[in-house]
Amino acid sequence: MGFETLMGDEAIALAAVHAGLGGAFAYPGTPSTEIMETLQELASRQKAGKLEGVAEPFAAQWCANEKTAYESALGSSFAGKRSMTSMKHVGLNVAMDPFVNSALVKINGGLVVVVADDPGMHSSQDEQDSRWLADFARVPCFEPADQQEAYDMTREAFDLSEKMEMPVLIRITTRLAHSRSVVETRAPLPQGGVKKPAPGMDWILMPAVARRRWHELLGKQAELRRMAEASPANPIAKADKRLGVITAGLARQYYRENLDDLVAARGSAPSHLHVGFYPIPEDKVRALYEACDEILVIEDGYPLIERLLRGIVAPGKKIMGKESGEIPYEGELNPDTVRAALGLPARRGLAVKELSPPGRPPQLCMGCPHADSYGALKEALKDHPLHAVMSDIGCYTLGALPPYNAIETTVDMGASIGMARGAAEVGLKPTVAVIGDSTFYHSGLSNLVDAVSHGTNMTVVILDNDTTGMTGAQPTILPSSRLEPVLKGVGVAPEHIKVLRAHRNEHEKNVAAIKEELAYEGPSVIVLVRECIEALKKARKA
Amino acid sequence: MNYDIVLCGVGGQGGISVSVVIAKAAMAEGLRVKQSEVHGMSQRGGEVLAHLRLADKEPASPMIPRGAAALILSFEPLEALRYLPWLEADKGQVITATSPLKNMPTYPETEKVMAELMALPNKLLLDADALAREAGNVKTANMVLVGAAAKYLPVKPESLEKAIRDQFARKGEAVVEANLRAFEHGRRANP
Ligand code: SF4
Repeated sequence: MGFETLMGDEAIALAAVHAGLGGAFAYPGTPSTEIMETLQELASRQKAGKLEGVAEPFAAQWCANEKTAYESALGSSFAGKRSMTSMKHVGLNVAMDPFVNSALVKINGGLVVVVADDPGMHSSQDEQDSRWLADFARVPCFEPADQQEAYDMTREAFDLSEKMEMPVLIRITTRLAHSRSVVETRAPLPQGGVKKPAPGMDWILMPAVARRRWHELLGKQAELRRMAEASPANPIAKADKRLGVITAGLARQYYRENLDDLVAARGSAPSHLHVGFYPIPEDKVRALYEACDEILVIEDGYPLIERLLRGIVAPGKKIMGKESGEIPYEGELNPDTVRAALGLPARRGLAVKELSPPGRPPQLCMGCPHADSYGALKEALKDHPLHAVMSDIGCYTLGALPPYNAIETTVDMGASIGMARGAAEVGLKPTVAVIGDSTFYHSGLSNLVDAVSHGTNMTVVILDNDTTGMTGAQPTILPSSRLEPVLKGVGVAPEHIKVLRAHRNEHEKNVAAIKEELAYEGPSVIVLVRECIEALKKARKA
Repeated sequence: MNYDIVLCGVGGQGGISVSVVIAKAAMAEGLRVKQSEVHGMSQRGGEVLAHLRLADKEPASPMIPRGAAALILSFEPLEALRYLPWLEADKGQVITATSPLKNMPTYPETEKVMAELMALPNKLLLDADALAREAGNVKTANMVLVGAAAKYLPVKPESLEKAIRDQFARKGEAVVEANLRAFEHGRRANP
């Protein structure tokens, strides 16, 4: 239809709309956030009649967390619409329950699950590899290598999901999500109407049905394997038999970057198998292994193909990759690590002579409300040498760094309240959980229910900036004004809910209030309210 | 032909619009472009890095290999040093703004940073803030840098001007003019 310069995230969003998307649901998380941001922009262009070829509106919504987003997408698929959910890699852990079980229902409207991994942990707590989870759930997985493939594979994923009646995962990584190139787009397809699944038990996973559906899911694996063997996304080219290279996804681009030099150095190109569609095409892997003297496996994330190839019984030929150290096990791939693994000498760059440039850690924005909140909290805790401050995921995690040095833990979304509670129940006091409003709704609320139920002696500090700041100020699922009724509703005693303004002008008052609640032997909540500076800027621009 | 550019600075210095302006100009001249940015936490006062690759054939990797960049275009002197390993050893150019942004206690002495920069074979150090102020708007220092780079970039200055117009058109004629003036001042600083 035309050519557009798109980021990987944007290409996926546009492809979904062009595939006849009915509903998309997500929770923000770097590097996946721009998928939903783009979908929302496309949705408003559609409503204004300015999205060529897309006649019908579609839903594009932020949700409380990845699990609720996944379940909404699943319901939208039940209703017969093409549906998508997108998240960062650790978000799939939150959505693991619906993800794994949705492989057992009979998917109706195509269901595509886009997961953006973050090898190198640019903005994450781990570098888990979602291809393993696709394999775990026994669903097919696409891994695009560039923006064009991101577009094409997303469209194909919807077809495949409907054909195989199962969810399809698309795995991307930070570098693909956040790099741009020109993409050729194709004519949009119309949306299908609402159409329920055929009457039957295929969506009711009670044990007898689940056993049958599991049997059927396993039965489909052979067909998925056949597809992977035949897929043009998994091309094999036999050439020089001295070396066989296996690339997966983006790794192909780093390999190609070095190919001219490699051919110049060796006289010919190695044999090459590229994997862009899973399950792993085992016959092709075997064919490459048999045709070559040595194998090098290049994949971003964990060594999935490599481990399968190595097996437990030594295969005889030399296999190079992460397990043997030619490719670094940690961090993301780049053209230089791949170059070294191919045995090419490093190109000559320059070096700083005497200085070694110190890192520049990220900081809270000037005037960020969190700075004032931490100021008050630290002062209130001064009289309690043995205290614990558990925190969570958001801009306020920067409270771990100087000059604040105010928090002691950050593990996963919502963990602050659960961990503070556990520590309190075994005698550590006072314990404080510091959590943002968006993270509180994501996974903190159920922990607070535990605290209320057990009357845990702890203080929860909710930093309410009315936004999801770290990912670029998306709206929180409920506005600030709803927080207090929610807290009361789950049973926190009203006299132990204090809503304060997070501002240095209120410092004394805030310190006193926090001190009071630290002294209270039960669950208390302090809400420190002030809007995020970034969100304010964004609102002003709009 | 291929021309790789490392754009670097500190969050909020306008690196992204520089990348867009150069990319637009290159595409208008029929070049293939790949851009790569690090988003996320680096938005708040941390290092910001973008890789911009211009070529007549689609570049393979979104990231520039070490030792391959033709140009480091930096908004901050220490940041220019950070990415030297990416610069082509003999021919690579460094263009950097000279005002240090010292938002961490470990920032080295300014003289030491400048000495390192002065020792580089191909460099242009310029007070982009002062030039932008001279041009009428201190917020346009990033376009001063584009102007200073213009003679090395594989695109015509007119294409860059047009890209600047496109990029800022939404913000009104005054902003467009301010950025064009900054671009001109940058060009004059490196004729
Ligand atoms: S984005 Fe908002 S919450 Fe995050 S540091 Fe800036 S002001 Fe604070």
